[in-house]
Amino acid sequence: MVKYKLENIDLWYRDFQALKNVSMDIKANQITAYIGPSGCGKSTLIKSMNRMNDLIEGCRITGKFLLDGEDIYGNIDVNLLRKKVGMVFQKPNPFPMSIYDNIAFGPRTHGIKSRYKLDYIVEKALQDAAIWDETKDRLKKSALSLSGGQQQRLCIARALAVEPDVLLMDEPTSALDPISTAKIEDLMSELRKKYTVVIVTHNMQQATRISDYTAFFLLGEMVEFGNTEKIFSMPKDKRTEDYITGRFG
Amino acid sequence: MRYKFEEQLHELNNKIIEMGALTEHSISNAVEALLTQNTDLAAAVGDDERESDKKEREIETLCYDMLLRQQPVARDLRKISAALKMVTDMERIADQAEDIAEITKHLAGNKFIKQPEDITRMATATKKMLKESIDSFVNRDLGLAMTVLEHDDVVDELFMTIRSDLITLVHENPENGEQALDLLMVAKYLERIGDHASNIAEWVIFMITGEHKNANYNDMHE
Repeated sequence: MVKYKLENIDLWYRDFQALKNVSMDIKANQITAYIGPSGCGKSTLIKSMNRMNDLIEGCRITGKFLLDGEDIYGNIDVNLLRKKVGMVFQKPNPFPMSIYDNIAFGPRTHGIKSRYKLDYIVEKALQDAAIWDETKDRLKKSALSLSGGQQQRLCIARALAVEPDVLLMDEPTSALDPISTAKIEDLMSELRKKYTVVIVTHNMQQATRISDYTAFFLLGEMVEFGNTEKIFSMPKDKRTEDYITGRFG
Repeated sequence: MRYKFEEQLHELNNKIIEMGALTEHSISNAVEALLTQNTDLAAAVGDDERESDKKEREIETLCYDMLLRQQPVARDLRKISAALKMVTDMERIADQAEDIAEITKHLAGNKFIKQPEDITRMATATKKMLKESIDSFVNRDLGLAMTVLEHDDVVDELFMTIRSDLITLVHENPENGEQALDLLMVAKYLERIGDHASNIAEWVIFMITGEHKNANYNDMHE
């Protein structure tokens, strides 16, 4: 089932065209990885998928981003969109507040006030992000006291707390050590059972390990998109082959 | 870019060529020793076999090192995977050349019951298959690899001809039986060498296309 359909996306930052006619079907409950060299447009695309480019001056987008068939650039509530499409960034960015309040922040914004409900949401989100055991005895402590890997899982938990359908991850492990990375990769395999995940990664081994589908971008163009195993064993386009085998440029 | 890796892939090509040449040399020597009943040359085939084992280990070590350190994907992964499978077939060819040499020691001093020209033709055909399969690997030549598979039919036909000639000879004189069995074994080993060369060609086809030639594989192993 197609969760997110991108149709003929063109994106400009003033005169510079950062995305060129990108179309793809993102399937539900699958992990889709975006790979490509710096400046290829992959982060631009993932940010556009929950309208993170709205505030960037000179950013102009044409084409359609259809989430469950509805154009997210149409007449919709952006807050509601952000509830449906969560995002995790490269550097963990916990709010300077307690672990509990970090997770409860989103649900409170969406009007949940009941302590009982919030307790339930916080515990469930921390469990889903595989960090409950490490935090259950220190929920009132500052989130900034956690390690980098724990902070990133906390950010994932924070994104999950509002029960999104889609989780966008922009290089979520590039600042983490191998053990924290492994924990987040394991977690992603679990998350795909409930969520549709899109990840930008510079680590091609990571894309191979965790993703079901891979899209390769170059100079704003989506060169190739398909089954991850196919892309990494028998890519169709020479540019994809040259990039993934390290012979690009 | 990736100079060390490129260097290692080049080294892999060279090692495969060396092992291929050694294996081809083993077939030549084994058949030459048989035809001339030269037991010293037959003994040398055993030395080649041990050298072939050594080369197999060297290539495996190089491939494992590249898998570990370079984490190859796409065409590099297919090439290294193909090389790992090909060396096993080459090593088996060297074993079979040694088996032929063992029969030569046994046959030495006896007059042939049948002129061995068909065996010579089989040896020539299998050496050509082996050489072309290795060339197709080095040059990524899909057409040449396909030719090797077609050539296997020639070797199989020669085997059937030899087999039928030997059956006739045993019918004519049962005393031919012992040597007929030895010559049949030699022909069978050469026929198996042809199969191994075909396997190598199939791995080359996989390396180039990403797909196995399963139909041929099944035919060969029926």
